[in-house]
Amino acid sequence: MSTPLIDLQHIFKSFDGEMVLDDLNLTVPENSFVTLLGPSGCGKTTTLRIIGGFEKPDKGSVIFDGNDITLLPPNKRQLNTVFQKYALFPHMSISENIAFGLTIRGKSRDYIDDKIKYALKLVNLQGFENRDVNSLSGGQQQRIAIARAIVNEPRLLLLDEPLGALDLKLRQDMQYELIRLKNQLGITFIYVTHDQEEALTMSDTIVVMNQGYIQQMGTPEQIYNEPANAFVADFIGDSNIIGATMLHDELVEIFGAQFPCVDKGFGTNKPVDVVIRPEDVELVKPEDGTLKGHVTHIIFKGVHYEMEVTTENGYEWLVHSTKCFDMGQEVGIHVDPYNIQIMNKPASEDEEAIVNV
Amino acid sequence: MENTKPVKRDIDIWINIRRFFGNFYLVIMLIFLYIPIVTMIVLSFNASKSRTRWGGFTLSWYAELFSNPTIMAAFRNTIVIAFLSALIATIMGTAAAIGINSMRKLPRTICMGVTNIPMLNADIVTGISLMLAFIAFKISLGFNTILISHITFNIPYVILSVMPKLKQTSKSTYEAAQDLGATPRQAFFKIVFPDIMPGVVSGFLLAFTMSLDDFIITHFTKGAGIDTLSTLIYSQVRRGIVPSMYALSAIIFIVVLLLLMVTNFLPRKHNAKIAASKTVS
Amino acid sequence: MSDRKLLSFPYIIWMIGFTIIPLALIFVFGLTDRSGAFTFENVAAIARADHAKALGLSLALSSISTLICLLLAFPLSMILRGKKLGSASFVVFIFILPMWMNFLLRTLAWQTLLEKNGVINGFLTALHLKNIAIINTPGAIVLGMVYNFLPFMILPIYNTMSKIDDSIIEAARDLGANFGQTLLRIWLPLSVPGIVSGITMVFVPALTTFVISNILGGSKILLIGNVIEEEFTKASNWNLGSGLSIVMMIFILISMSVIAKYDKNGEGAAF
Repeated sequence: MSTPLIDLQHIFKSFDGEMVLDDLNLTVPENSFVTLLGPSGCGKTTTLRIIGGFEKPDKGSVIFDGNDITLLPPNKRQLNTVFQKYALFPHMSISENIAFGLTIRGKSRDYIDDKIKYALKLVNLQGFENRDVNSLSGGQQQRIAIARAIVNEPRLLLLDEPLGALDLKLRQDMQYELIRLKNQLGITFIYVTHDQEEALTMSDTIVVMNQGYIQQMGTPEQIYNEPANAFVADFIGDSNIIGATMLHDELVEIFGAQFPCVDKGFGTNKPVDVVIRPEDVELVKPEDGTLKGHVTHIIFKGVHYEMEVTTENGYEWLVHSTKCFDMGQEVGIHVDPYNIQIMNKPASEDEEAIVNV
Repeated sequence: MENTKPVKRDIDIWINIRRFFGNFYLVIMLIFLYIPIVTMIVLSFNASKSRTRWGGFTLSWYAELFSNPTIMAAFRNTIVIAFLSALIATIMGTAAAIGINSMRKLPRTICMGVTNIPMLNADIVTGISLMLAFIAFKISLGFNTILISHITFNIPYVILSVMPKLKQTSKSTYEAAQDLGATPRQAFFKIVFPDIMPGVVSGFLLAFTMSLDDFIITHFTKGAGIDTLSTLIYSQVRRGIVPSMYALSAIIFIVVLLLLMVTNFLPRKHNAKIAASKTVS
Repeated sequence: MSDRKLLSFPYIIWMIGFTIIPLALIFVFGLTDRSGAFTFENVAAIARADHAKALGLSLALSSISTLICLLLAFPLSMILRGKKLGSASFVVFIFILPMWMNFLLRTLAWQTLLEKNGVINGFLTALHLKNIAIINTPGAIVLGMVYNFLPFMILPIYNTMSKIDDSIIEAARDLGANFGQTLLRIWLPLSVPGIVSGITMVFVPALTTFVISNILGGSKILLIGNVIEEEFTKASNWNLGSGLSIVMMIFILISMSVIAKYDKNGEGAAF
C-alpha cells in the first residue's frame, strides 16, 4: 500500500469550549477525489482548514506525503485552496491574480505568461487576462479562483464548498469541469460540501461527517446503498427508515410482516433500523404484497412520481415510481431482499437522523 | 495511542511574540493618547497650584469654576449656541436632505458638492470668510454671528447623517403604505420619517458635539465682549493657566465621553435586548 | 412629489448667503487693495521672505506630522483589526475618543506636560535626569499636530482594513506569500482608500493651524495660519490676509489633487 497523500491522525479541535473535531482519523490516497460531506457544523470545513494550515489542531498530526506538516504555516505547504467566497484580489487584474503564487516564488516573466495562458485555457476563459475582477460573473470568478490555485501545480487541491453560490445549471457544468480537471492534471482533490447530490456525482470516496467525527467512509454506491446508520441513510437521498426486529439472519420483521433480506450477523430477535430507498419500494396488487396500504399523496416530479403509501399501522411509506397510481388506490408493498439495508440502532444522538422542523 | 499529546508549538512562540508586541504597541499608543487628558484631570484635584508638586486632594477648583461669572457666562453661551445651532441645523438639514434626494441627478450633484465645501475647507478659511461676510453685510459681531456660523458648518453634518438613511429607506415600504390607503403625505410622515429618525438624531448629536468643540470659527466671528468656553480658554493661554481650567477640561471630557457612550452603545444594547428577548420565545 | 424639492430651498439660500458669498468675498478682498482697486499684490505677498518662510515651515511641519501619523496609525489599525472586534467595539472607541475632545484643551494639556517647569520635567528632575526643552520649538508643534490628528488617521484606515475579508489574506498565504509579502502586496494596496482619507483629514488642518503653533511654539514660530490670523485680528489688513488665504487655498487644492491621483492609481495597480 503506497503512502497516502494526506494522513490525519487523532485530530482534536475545540472552539470556545465546544468540541468541533473529536478524534478524527482520515487517510486520502493520491489521485483520488475525496468529498467531506455533512450538515453545517459537522466539522468538515474545520478539517479542510486544518489541512490547509489556517487552523491548528489542539491534538493530533497532519501528515502530508509522509512528512508531518502540522506546524507548517499555510504559505509553506505544497497544496492550494479554492475558497468558498473565491477570495480573488480585488485590486489586481485577472492575470495578476493567477500569477500571484508564481510571482511569490520568483518565476520568470516568460514562465508566468505561459502559465497564465495555460490556466485560462484550462478553465475556458481565454483572453480574460486584463479583465477586472468585478466585471466577472460568479461562475467566471470561481473558475479564475480554480485557475489561480492549480497554476501552482499543487499535489493536493482543497475546495471549500466552491459551487454554493452558483445556480443549478452552472453548478452541474462546473462539477463536470472539476472532474475533467482532476483527471487531466492528476491532482488529488479534497472537496467539502453539504450537498449530497454533488458528493455522489463527483467523488471517488465520500466521507460522511457529523458532530466532529466520521460516520461512514466509502464509495458513493456504498454510502447510498449500504448506509451504516440512520444519520447517513437520512442524509443521503430520500429514505424510509423504519424500526424493525431482526428475527434471525436474512429475515427481518417490519410492521408484523416478514421480509427476507440479505444481511447477517445482527443477532436473533434484536431491534434494528431498516432503510429502504423510495425507488426500491415496488407497488403491486394488494394480494401480492407483503404489506397492504393505500395511496395518500401523489406529486409529479418529472423524473418520477413521488407518492406516499400509508399502511395499516399508519406509517407513510415514501415511494418513487414511474408508474402512476390513483389517490386512495389500494396497493401491495413488495421489496427485493437485496434492497433492504439493516442497520444497528443509533448508539448516540449523533447517529440519529436529523429531524427537520 | 501515539500522537494524542498536544502538538509542539514552535510556531506558536512566534505567534505569541507577535501578539505580545502588538498588544505592547497598543498600550503605548493608549498611554500616548491619554496621558495629557489624565494629567489634566489629576491636576484638577491638586490643592497646590504647581504642576509638579502634589499638594493634596481638593475640590476647590471645581467650586471656583462654578462661582466664576466669566466662566459660567462662557459656559452658558457654549451650551445655548450648541443646542440652538444643532436644532436649527437639524431642521434645515433634514428638510434639505429630503429635498435634495428628490432632485434630478445634476442639481443633486451640485448641491452635494456645495454641501461638502465647509467640511473640506480649512476652518480658518471658513472663519475668515464668514467674518468678512458679516462685516460686508454690516451685521455686528456677537452672539448672533456665532450662532449663524455654527448653523452654517453644522448643516452639512446633518445632511450627511440623514442622506444614507434616506437612501436606505425602502421605496417598497412607502409604496406599501400607499397601497394600504395612505396618502403620499401620510405615508411620508408615518413611514419614511420614523425610518430616517436615527439619522436625524445622530445628525443632531453630531452637530451639537461639533459646535461644542469649535474654536477657530468662533474665534473669528465672535467679536469682542463675548466668549465661548473655547475662546475663553484661548484667551487665558497667554496669561498662564488657572487650575480651574483643569477642572473645566475634566468636566468637558466626562460630558463628551458620556455623550458618545450614550449615542454609540445605548442603541446597540437596546437592540441586543430586543434580539435576546425574541430568541427566548 | 415635486414640492419635496422646495424643502431644500431654505438651505440653498442659506448656503449661498453664508458659504458661497463669503468664499467669494475672500477672493474679492484678496484681489483688491484698501481702496477697492484690483491688484495682485496681496497674493504676490507670499513671496515676501517672512511669508514664504511661514508657508514653507507650514508645509514642512504638516508633511512630517502627516507622515508620522501614517506610520503610527497603520500598524495600530492592523493590530486592532486583527483582534476582530468590529467597529462597534469599545476598544476601537477608546482610540477614537480623543478626537472628540476639545482640541484646544488637548493642545493645552501638552503645554502643561512640556513646559520648562511642566509635568514631564518635574518627573525628570525628581529622577535627577536632564530636563527636556522641547517647548517652543518646531518639534513641539509636530508633537502637537501628531497628537491632535492621530485619531483622524486611525479611524479611516481601520474602517478600510475592516472591510478586507479574511479569506483574501488566507488566499495570499495559501498561494505562498509570507507576512512581508502579504503586507506589501495585499494590505497596503487595499488600504489605500483609508490612507488617502486619513491624509486628507490630517494634512489640511495641520497646514492651516495657528492654535498649535501659538500654544506649543510660542510667539516666535509663525506658520502660515498664524500670519493670516494676525492680519485679520491684530493688523486688520484684511486684503493681505485674504490674499495670503487664496495662496494657501491653492496649495491645499494642489495637494488634494495629487493625493486624489494616488487613489485612482491605487485602485487598480498591483505591486
